[in-house]
Amino acid sequence: MDYKKIISKYNLDRTRLIELLKDIQAAEGYISEKAVAEVAKAFRISIAEVEGLISFYHFLSARPLGKYVVYLNNSITSEMAGRQEVALAFEEEAGCPFGKTSSDGLITLMETSCIGMNDQEPAALINEVIFTRLNKEKVKKLASWMKQGKPVQEMVEEFGDGANSHELVKAMVKNNIRKSGPVIFDDYLAGTAIHKTLETSPEAVIDEIKKANLLGRGGAGFPTGLKWELCRKEKGPEHYVICNADEGEPGTFKDRVILTERPEMVFEGMVISGYAVGARQGILYLRHEYSYLKKYLENILKKMREQGLLGKNIAGRGFDFEVEIKMGAGAYICGEESALIESAEGKRGEPRDRPPFPVQKGYLNMPSTVNNVETLATATRIMANGSNWFRAMGTSVSAGTKVLSVSGDCDRPGIYEVEFGLTIDELLKMAGARETFAIQVGGPSGQCIGEPGFSRKICFSDLATGGSVIIFNSSRDLFSVVANFLDFFIEESCGWCLPCRAGNVLLKKKFEKIIKGTGTRQDLKEIEAWGKIIKTTSRCGLGQTSANPVLTTLTNFRKLYESKIVKEAEFISEFDLITAVAEACILTGRNFQEENEHV
Amino acid sequence: MSDKIKFTVDGQEGLAEPGQTIYEAAKANGIYIPVLCHFEGLKPVGSCRICSVKSNGRWMASCTQPVTQGMIIENMTPEVEEYRKALIEMLFVEGNHFCPACEKSGNCELQALAYRYQIMVPRFPYLFPKREIEAFPKFLLEHNRCVQCQRCVRGVQTEDGQKIFALHERSNNLRINVDRQLATEMSNEQVQQAMDICPVGAILKKEAGFRIPIGKRKFDYRPIGSEIEEKE
Repeated sequence: MDYKKIISKYNLDRTRLIELLKDIQAAEGYISEKAVAEVAKAFRISIAEVEGLISFYHFLSARPLGKYVVYLNNSITSEMAGRQEVALAFEEEAGCPFGKTSSDGLITLMETSCIGMNDQEPAALINEVIFTRLNKEKVKKLASWMKQGKPVQEMVEEFGDGANSHELVKAMVKNNIRKSGPVIFDDYLAGTAIHKTLETSPEAVIDEIKKANLLGRGGAGFPTGLKWELCRKEKGPEHYVICNADEGEPGTFKDRVILTERPEMVFEGMVISGYAVGARQGILYLRHEYSYLKKYLENILKKMREQGLLGKNIAGRGFDFEVEIKMGAGAYICGEESALIESAEGKRGEPRDRPPFPVQKGYLNMPSTVNNVETLATATRIMANGSNWFRAMGTSVSAGTKVLSVSGDCDRPGIYEVEFGLTIDELLKMAGARETFAIQVGGPSGQCIGEPGFSRKICFSDLATGGSVIIFNSSRDLFSVVANFLDFFIEESCGWCLPCRAGNVLLKKKFEKIIKGTGTRQDLKEIEAWGKIIKTTSRCGLGQTSANPVLTTLTNFRKLYESKIVKEAEFISEFDLITAVAEACILTGRNFQEENEHV
Repeated sequence: MSDKIKFTVDGQEGLAEPGQTIYEAAKANGIYIPVLCHFEGLKPVGSCRICSVKSNGRWMASCTQPVTQGMIIENMTPEVEEYRKALIEMLFVEGNHFCPACEKSGNCELQALAYRYQIMVPRFPYLFPKREIEAFPKFLLEHNRCVQCQRCVRGVQTEDGQKIFALHERSNNLRINVDRQLATEMSNEQVQQAMDICPVGAILKKEAGFRIPIGKRKFDYRPIGSEIEEKE
């Protein structure tokens, strides 16, 4: 393998190191020791650092992988839709368990966190191609094709709706837009917002966005106009505009649909933001799971250049702005803005300490804004239709609409663009949900709500959400939901800070004690206390919300927990003698339980 | 000096230079805030969170957070101290720490913090992770004792800034990975520096063990933090 040739393509640009490693992996199937050494030498960094980078990302591999790598989603909705049967079928066909490669080196089976297909589970990535609604039969068919050596793309038999069937996408993914609204999914004439924007001053643009009261759609709800203003005020040779398309919160897939159906609005939003903050360069950070959209999006950018909406002298008004697409490599934490910036710089996606904030020192230590896909598309509509039009929708605090990704137990899972202020009850009715027992709003890091909370409203002052809404009916076991979410956070913690790295593991252990039926009141108290320690002392938003699955269910479903514990006992030891000596018993051939005089 | 920053820690007033972190400012005023991952002269990373303090209802790591004008900081309050104690306990159950058999005993900052916080038994269950001991020509890396503080990552590099120690993997699998080639080229002084910079007994210079007997080591004389508290 001629690594030098691949390396030379990247001009020793450190910010493109992840891309380079992906390139090597695409050519060789993995990143060999030799490749690592060559890369390290060229970039004058240590081998250990390159190894550290590879090991951080789920989709980079330093060990050989099969020709076909199956990444089966293990999110809760995938479980609910029959993931286990699909997983067993894959294992049977490949003849190896998950985490391993078949003996003939053909198929590698891997688990992966939510891939943004929650409304069409069980779903998997095979290499970079998405397969949805899998079942036993489909797995058998896929496996037989793999054994015939069929290219993965050719295994996609039917394309999804809308742009999913576009020549450059050709994905079986479905949009499932159940309710389109006036802000995002209404018709949009390309260029309208850019023309209006460039007719006014950057300050006036910021003013308009502020007047619209646009709050960040990623979930945190930071005022977008203020963010742009703060960034504009910072001095620096360059400013950067970053679009966060790393939606990784389990249950969220609305950015995927926005990027499929309204990419122009997102890119125009970046141009508008660039004009407002004084940037010449924008970066769309796209999660690896959405690689299938890359060529399509690049083509949209090309078209925008041809239309004079991007590049030099945009709309003939002397404003230059470019957009580059940077791919992620599989890490939920990269949805956190400072971790995203680190990753965009070609490093491990570990969050930074704040201050300085990204608007002060962001990408390459230059003032940068990081905005969610939906936020930018919304900014475009605001510039086209005006802030008054926008503010007339939603509530006084939360203006406009929100795109929700609805999945789980309902007849119509998919995308809903609704005005802020919608109640959970109304949403459940819209989605065709029956006998709803619980609803997870805002993904695992959000809240789990029971029936008494169904009159609550979706808005920033009540139930804030980045878009993820997962519905559970009364047949579901809430404890397995919580367990799945806790596992997710354990897996996706970057490990940098102690409370998130170790605390989540300890919390899960304690939670398992409750599930096992050996929990006591004291254990419930400790769950609350430990959860609070993790929440309070963690370094970034991941650790500050990772205890939410258990904390919010403990608050809202107290009775369920009470029914699981042993009420009369004050303390039950976690230590179980029989289990502890089981291995020794097998080795010595003695049956401990029969000789229970030792107890 | 009007550009000095006024702040208080548990009611005690202090003056700080602009740009100082809460930890640095407190230290300069003779106030001890416990730290573990932080090391003088290295860029702070805020990984152990033991230096957490509370100000205006918000929690923050004092090693990374800059002190600001008029800041009112809670440091030795029962609430803050309880959280710190929990974090120290967490470190003990996360790794495999057997003090009596450890070369660093008496010089170990984790052990010293445990004494200071009078930890008898951790509230958390031991995780007993399976970890390795790696050998290099001049030193051992005892992963069982590593607390992922990144001091070696930051403090021990080659002349041209290459990382000899680097973070590897993520989540609870996070560990220190050593560049074999660069480790072989380390000088004796550099190995000694690596051992000294490590707060626990994870990096051990070969053929240098137990030169100072247990009982005559740093924290055998004075508890951790007393060098700051006794300054005034």
